[in-house]
Amino acid sequence: MDALQSLLDTIIHSVTLFALVKGFIILNLVLTIAAFLVYAERKISAWMQYRVGPNRVGPFGLLQPLADVIKLYTKEDIIPTNADRFYHALAPLISIAIALALFCVISPAGYITDSHGEKFYIALAPNVNVGILIILALTSLAVYGVTLAGWSSNNKYSLMGGLRSSAQMISYELSMGLALIAVLMISGSLDMNSIIASQAEGKWNIFFQPIGFIIFMVASFAETNRAPFDLPEAEPELVGGYHTEYSGMKFGLFYLAEYANIVTSSAVLTTLYLGGYDAPFAKQLLGIEDGSVLLALVQFGTFAAKVGALLFFFIWVRWTLPRFRYDQLMNLGWKVMLPVALVNILVTGGVMSVLQSFGIIK
Amino acid sequence: MNVTTNTRAQRMSFWEKLYLPEIVKGLGSTFLTMFQPDMTRQYPEVRWDPTGSYRGRPVLVEEESGERCVACGLCSRVCPALAIEVRAGETVERDKERYPALFEINMLRCIYCGYCEEVCPEEAIVMSKDYDIVFHTQEEAIFGKDRLLTPVAKLQERLEFLRMYR
Repeated sequence: MDALQSLLDTIIHSVTLFALVKGFIILNLVLTIAAFLVYAERKISAWMQYRVGPNRVGPFGLLQPLADVIKLYTKEDIIPTNADRFYHALAPLISIAIALALFCVISPAGYITDSHGEKFYIALAPNVNVGILIILALTSLAVYGVTLAGWSSNNKYSLMGGLRSSAQMISYELSMGLALIAVLMISGSLDMNSIIASQAEGKWNIFFQPIGFIIFMVASFAETNRAPFDLPEAEPELVGGYHTEYSGMKFGLFYLAEYANIVTSSAVLTTLYLGGYDAPFAKQLLGIEDGSVLLALVQFGTFAAKVGALLFFFIWVRWTLPRFRYDQLMNLGWKVMLPVALVNILVTGGVMSVLQSFGIIK
Repeated sequence: MNVTTNTRAQRMSFWEKLYLPEIVKGLGSTFLTMFQPDMTRQYPEVRWDPTGSYRGRPVLVEEESGERCVACGLCSRVCPALAIEVRAGETVERDKERYPALFEINMLRCIYCGYCEEVCPEEAIVMSKDYDIVFHTQEEAIFGKDRLLTPVAKLQERLEFLRMYR
């Protein structure tokens, strides 16, 4: 146990080593989850349609993601003759890089303390003052991956898909940001750890901001190009959308980025509205002190459970709702979500000022 | 003037227009479906046994005394896909004077319409229950008499069906 503790101490005291270990774990975890999310999606969609789903590769088809990856790697990587080769290769890299980079500011657990009581945060880039802004900025950048893919393929369907998705992402980012403002007003900070701390012990934002939660959720469906907003890849109209001209592992990267984005969105939603890694009553019930490795593990488990529930919800919604029409999508974004988000800010501000004047909150 | 009034969209109640309750209903429906029994048949392990009415691969009926076919060529004449080729030969010892010296069905062309069976005066060509027909080359797809002749005992269900409904 002492040897373990001293090993832990050396790791967390070396900034580079700690960051490397955290980065390694988080990246691999996200990529593995993204791969297995494909399996989960196929399995859950099968159950929702009286089917069985993949069951041939390994027990219950659990090795299906592996088989998929091997298939994608061994496939020919086709670049269309008239495509812009550089941007054609760059687009999937942008998509996957941004999907993974988003995870640097997300805290999957609190902190651990060394033997001197010094705090070491688990998140890759902990206590960034502008944490949530980084997420908004990076998700805006994700539009580039999709748009460049559509444009560089030199194919009208790809271009249409890329343009649609950029229009969609830009429209929904607005309501997303506005829904976020109400959360920031409550927590009073942009830092992810402070936002989670403000929701400690079951005071989750979803109870104070149900409308904001719904708006943010719908916007994140649109941001990740998931059904019912998967217009960029509406097969009947646009063949494969922006990734029509991609094959092999480049297509695989887009596919992986799509699922990694779902994981990230779920993690952000969890952090902002579901109390992040906050497990109510865990400390009292299990009797573990602040900063112990055990508490970090419990917090990580809580976080994973919440994210898992949201991931299931993402899949669940996809296999329930039909796809929106393009004009309906824009109507919903600009005429419904934006005004509702604005009213939400107004009401939140009003209630907060009233509560402040009565001295109930600071 | 092409103004539609009183459409489904206009008749929606307030709660329906709000989307969310209806979405929740849909979500409930899909969630409950997850726990319903599956409809899937594990195909290569569990095979489907069609009824007599099923039109599978056309085969020639073979009785103990030999094939029923008298090589009249009607099936070849009626075949819309021109898949059947019949060449007649003369028998010596049997009471039927003609027999098919060559009977070939190109299974790449066959469309399983069952006209050959319908037109046959001897009930000599019938549709079997075979539905997984696989070949690797085009030559392999031309089925000769060796693969077409099937003992009459195996085709009883189809023959009964034809007697009942034709």
